[in-house]
Amino acid sequence: MIDWSGYIGLILQGAWVTVELTLMGSALALVVAFAAGLGRLSRFMAVRSLATTYIEFFRGTSIFVQLFWAYFVLPFAGITLTPLQAGVLALGLNVGAYGAEVVRGAVKAIGREQREACIALNLTRYQAMRHIILPQALPLMLPTFGNNAIELLKGTAVVSLISLTDMTFQAQVVRAQTGSTLIPFATILVLYFVMAWVISLGMRWLERRAGRGLDGVRV
Amino acid sequence: MEWDWEFVRQIMPTLIDGLQITILATILGAAVAAVVGLVFAILRMVAPAPVARATGFAVEFIRGTPLLVQLYFIFYVLPDIGIRLPALVAGVIGLGIHYGTYAAEVYRAGIENVPRGQWEAAKATNLTARQTWTHVILPQAIPPMIPALANYLIAMFKETPLLSAITVLELMNQAKSIANSNYRYIEPMTLVGVFFLIMSLISVFFLRWLEERYARVDER
Repeated sequence: MIDWSGYIGLILQGAWVTVELTLMGSALALVVAFAAGLGRLSRFMAVRSLATTYIEFFRGTSIFVQLFWAYFVLPFAGITLTPLQAGVLALGLNVGAYGAEVVRGAVKAIGREQREACIALNLTRYQAMRHIILPQALPLMLPTFGNNAIELLKGTAVVSLISLTDMTFQAQVVRAQTGSTLIPFATILVLYFVMAWVISLGMRWLERRAGRGLDGVRV
Repeated sequence: MEWDWEFVRQIMPTLIDGLQITILATILGAAVAAVVGLVFAILRMVAPAPVARATGFAVEFIRGTPLLVQLYFIFYVLPDIGIRLPALVAGVIGLGIHYGTYAAEVYRAGIENVPRGQWEAAKATNLTARQTWTHVILPQAIPPMIPALANYLIAMFKETPLLSAITVLELMNQAKSIANSNYRYIEPMTLVGVFFLIMSLISVFFLRWLEERYARVDER
């Protein structure tokens, strides 16, 4: 009989790495999404094309290729990353590119009359964005951000392939050591599903909060 | 380390071999996904309530867990119960089931977006169930689905590198083995990125065209 307690500890350690990666990756993705999404709406050609290039590049290649590139090719350019840094960087930039399109879509969905009212009130572009446009655009972004966060969580499994000891990696270790396949893989499938479920519950809570005070404003 | 064109020329044939497997896996995966999606969609819409709920949960579960782990599951767990699949077949099944759950949602949305009045009109004109589907519902439901399905096809194409983890010799795996045997990562990894970028830029234009062509049924 195999003593499972040690192996469960191993998988839980991996689960913690997965959670860390998801949180850090999401934080980076959020920052990048706003920077690139608003960049695409900029007045300046240079900023717009920079943002568009970034978005098309990261949406056009897969997370796997980006991760390997960050981990294996960047060292030749003198930038050596730990697996965790490479993972957070690739996941954040990849999901950030998808998020940027969400930000852009939501900002563009805010009606023209809101912008015109801002101009009429002599608000600066920054003030209009900060106080009028974004507070209304945010609730539109949240549901898709939730889906993106779940995509990011699913993407974290790929980092096991650059030897980062996340949940999938630990499941492979357990498989190699015990020869049992069903138990480790079924366990981590359930754990991933629970994490995805927690994310969607959290996002629903955020949606309710962000939507407060906006009834009547949105059509 | 410098970029070496001679090395690029040397490894190109191997990468093209890999690209062929990548494209093959995408096409087969798409075919499986189209069928699996249809099964899921039908089960969710017309099966008795417990079956429909169970299917709904299965779809949520598959969508909420990583494709990589599902591939491991198919490749490593199934042999234990006596089903031994070649790596490519396991990969195609994994891709097909994973994206089938996405396709199921597209089918469902497409069918539910056909206005109620169309169903009622079909009933009023005494069409049989078969006639209603083939002549009234599906011709209106399918065109708007096409761009959405194409979108998932592109997404699936970009996920095929995951098959390298279960030893399918597709583009990514060829690149990795070249990189490992020559200790040169820059060219193979960059080329894989370039291949994917070119393919998906082409498919983005194709997608725009599909959207122009099919997405405006209600405006006709």
